[in-house]
This record gives sequence, C-alpha cells and structure tokens, in this order.
Amino acid sequence: MALYSDKVMDHFRNPRNVGTIEDADAVGEAGNAKCGDIMKMYFKIEDEVLADVKFETFGCGSAIASSSMATELIKGKPLSEVEQLTNKAVAEALDGLPDYKMHCSVLAEEAIKSALEDYYTKHPEKKKQ
Amino acid sequence: MRIYADNAATTKMSRAAIDAMLPCMEEQYGNPSSLYALGQRAKEILEKSREEVAAVIGASPREIIFTSGGSEADNQAIRSAAASGRKQGKTHIISTAFEHHAVLHTLEALEREGFTVTLLPVHENGVVRTEELVSAIRDDTCLVSVMYANNEIGTIQPIREIGAICRERGVLFHTDAVQAVGHIPVDVDRDNVDLLSASAHKFGGPKGIGFLYARKGVRLTSLIEGGAQERGKRAGTENVAAAAGMAAALTESCSQMAQTASRLIPLRDRIIEGLREIPHSVLNGDEQLRLPSNVNFCFEGIEGESLLLLLDDKGICASSGSACTSGSLDPSHVLLAIGRVHDVAHGSLRLTLGPDATAEEAEYIIRNVKEVVERLRGFSPVWRDLSSGKRPHIL
Ligand SMILES: Cc1ncc(COP(=O)(O)O)c(C=O)c1O
Ligand SMILES: [Zn+2]
Repeated sequence: MALYSDKVMDHFRNPRNVGTIEDADAVGEAGNAKCGDIMKMYFKIEDEVLADVKFETFGCGSAIASSSMATELIKGKPLSEVEQLTNKAVAEALDGLPDYKMHCSVLAEEAIKSALEDYYTKHPEKKKQ
Repeated sequence: MRIYADNAATTKMSRAAIDAMLPCMEEQYGNPSSLYALGQRAKEILEKSREEVAAVIGASPREIIFTSGGSEADNQAIRSAAASGRKQGKTHIISTAFEHHAVLHTLEALEREGFTVTLLPVHENGVVRTEELVSAIRDDTCLVSVMYANNEIGTIQPIREIGAICRERGVLFHTDAVQAVGHIPVDVDRDNVDLLSASAHKFGGPKGIGFLYARKGVRLTSLIEGGAQERGKRAGTENVAAAAGMAAALTESCSQMAQTASRLIPLRDRIIEGLREIPHSVLNGDEQLRLPSNVNFCFEGIEGESLLLLLDDKGICASSGSACTSGSLDPSHVLLAIGRVHDVAHGSLRLTLGPDATAEEAEYIIRNVKEVVERLRGFSPVWRDLSSGKRPHIL
C-alpha cells in the first residue's frame, strides 16, 4: 500500500497552477517554516470571480498536492463559492489523505481564506452585508 | 537506476545470512530446549551463533543475550543498570541528547520512576565532549549511556575514552552500537564497555533479532518473564534461524569491514563534495568522525518529505528528519540537538550507502539530488523570500 493515493501523487508530481501572479489582486499565506509547511496563494479577481490563481508551497507531498488541487477547485469560480471551499473537500478530491496528513490540507483552506481577507481589506466595499 | 541508500534504516539480507537460515527452517526446526537430538541440534546452532557473535566484539559467549533487536537490548541494558543502581541508592543516569528513542524513552520512563537524567550536549559537530562527561558524573551516577555512532548523522563517539572514564569512576557504561557493529571495529575490552546493544538488520541479518552484551558480573533484569531461555534473562523460545542469520551476516560483514570501509569512504566524500555545490546547504555531523556510509545534509528552503518522494521517482531510496516524514510536528531531535533550527531541519536528507555502492551511483545521486532540490526551490515561498532578501539566509 502506498502512502498516498494516485491522485495525490499526480498533483504532487505535476502541480497545477504553480507560480506567482505579478499584479495579484490578493495574496494569502498560511503555515510557517517552523512547523514544516507554508503555502502562498495569489489571486487575480475580475467581477468578483477568481479569474486566475497561482500558488507556491514549501512542504510535504500532501501540502503540495493539496495546494494544487485547491487551486483547481476554485479557479474560475465566483468569490462566494471560493469562500466555501473546505479542507475536507480538498482531501476528498484527492481521494483521501492519511489521517496524520490532514493538517497539511487545512493549510490550503487557510491560505485561500487569507487571500480573501487580503482582498476584502483592500476592497471593503466588495464585502457583502 | 535503482539505488537503495537507506542502509541505516535497514539492510538487504546478505546471501550468507539467508543460507545460514534456510536449513534452520527446513531441517533443524527443533526447539533448543527439547532433549531429543532434533532439539539439541537446534541448540548447537544457537550456541555456535552466540560464539560467533561474541568473537567479533571480543566478548565471551556467556556475555551475549539474544533479543528481539536493538530496541529491546537498549531497554534491557538501561533497565538493568538502573535496577542495580537503585539497590545502591544511585539514581542518576547520564546520556546524550541525540540517542535513539529506544534509549531516550526508556530514560523518560525512569525519570517518572524517580531517576534523574543528565543529557550531554552533542555540539554542532555531533560529538560528545569527554570533559563534559567528566564534570557530569556524580557520586550517585549509576549509568552512562552513549551511542557508538549516531543513526541519523553518522557521527562516531569517543567510546574508548568514555569507557575509560566510566571504568575509573566505577560507573556502568552502556553503548547503543546498533549503527556501529559490523561497520566499524568494536571491541568491548578495548572500549571498556559494560553493556552493548546491537541489531542484526543493520548489517545484513534478519529483522527482529539483535543482542545485548553484558560484561561478566553485570546483573541483568529480564524484561520478559516465563522461561529459562537465555540464562533466565530473556524468556521465549529462541529464534534459532534468526540467530544463525545474524551470526553469519556479522561474521561476513566483519571479515570485509576494512575493504568495505575503504571503498565507501571515497564514495561518501565524493557525494559530500558534490552536494556541497548546492548553495545554502550544510553537511550535518563531523566530516571525519563519521560512519563510512553516512551522508546527511540540510538544504534551505525545501521540505524533506517532498524531496524523498521525488528522489523515489528517480529510483533513490533515502530518508529525512523532517516533521512531515515522522508524523509529528517537530523535526528530528538529532538535528535540533546539533543546533539546526526548525526551518532548516525540515529540509534534511540522509543517504546511507550499502556495501555494494558504486562510483556511478554516487554521481547519479549527486545529479538527481541537485535537480530535485532546484525543482522544489522553484516553487517554494520560503526560498523566494530567502533569495529576494526578505528573509535572511541561515545556511
Ligand atoms: C542507534 C539505534 N538504536 C536502536 C535501534 C533500534 O533497533 P531495532 O530496529 O533492531 O529495534 C536503531 C534502529 O532503528 C538504531 O539506529
Ligand atoms: Zn505536511
């Protein structure tokens, strides 16, 4: 039995949406180097839709695969949907993660939340209610 | 190419070990405690294995107890010395910060039972300083336990000097020699060792067997009660086949020790030289005082597990002290003990060569580690911050 599912290994080996966005509308970060995983997300937002997303990750296979999968799940989606993404959804889309690796997928959700927060801090008028 | 470079984790069994084991399973399957000939032949194999094991470390057969491996031998050695110490009112134990968990966790358990433990620092080079041992010894010290060679960074400790100090002060000396036996010369008399642990699967023998050497006169307490096997110090029907395999593997690796070392040392040093070309990297552990097979590096800006997975794709089996490979949040206690900060310790790589390693494999390893480190740094936010000057380099 392998440590990771084929899907995790595929996203780990060929991560989607890797890189940075020079003129990003929002940047989010989660984790720290002390605990061993750091994720950074770059958002390009047009008309309250996530037009483009890129990520950079320092971390284990599970952290890299989670970042990659998370960007695929949110790319092109309205921010109202991006907001809803949970680490559970990321893990499920990857056909599961070992229990002790779940915290690595939490970082993807946190990095996305952090980017959204950055966006709404810069554009308070865009925040609903 | 497929390269097994994780020989400190375990080794491929040697042909000699397998050949020694098969007849014990197919023909000499008797119980060594049985009185009929079939049992007595198994007993003979067991005792011959004990003689062989004893011979290579300069011990006498009566001083060897077969155990389930290095962990059990460590537990029994420390528990035994602690029990003797307690009887004399001595409840202080000295060890080091970078021992194997089989030692450290046993010491933690003893602390909960009222013992006091001093862990000596191992400094940046990963070597204990004997003058620090001298000043740590107290009148109530009952045991000093220092590993012969470290399993992660491969550093070899001044065991002979430590043994001499302990002998002079009348303190029992245990050494976890799991990474040393079969790889570098070990002699219990020359080294003044009272208790020594070893494990077969680190030198081409089977998993699940090891031995504890206890100098004549050192009292052992048994961890497993129930029978008179191993002179009453370790109950349970003996694993004759495994003992035979261990003895054969050990005899063979010791007979080839000098040649193997002189072949491996240049390969090890070539890999060290090659990996040093990676910017912002560091060799962990003393460059000279290290096992012939061990290379251990930290690379800034990357994490160890992803490094291992990509190396596995290239056919290279290695290991790392990163938190994500251990399942805990902390990286290796060994790397922390030599002063590597968390950020850097996560990016560690241990390569431990097998006896058959080649120069071609060394070049393949260098080339691929370089490539994989570069690839991971390419999308690491930590590396971006380091290279843009936003975060200062540590290495
Ligand atoms: C230094 C050291 N001590 C003890 C052990 C434990 O040995 P075993 O796996 O035989 O229990 C190991 C191996 O992991 C080791 O490297
Ligand atoms: Zn992780």
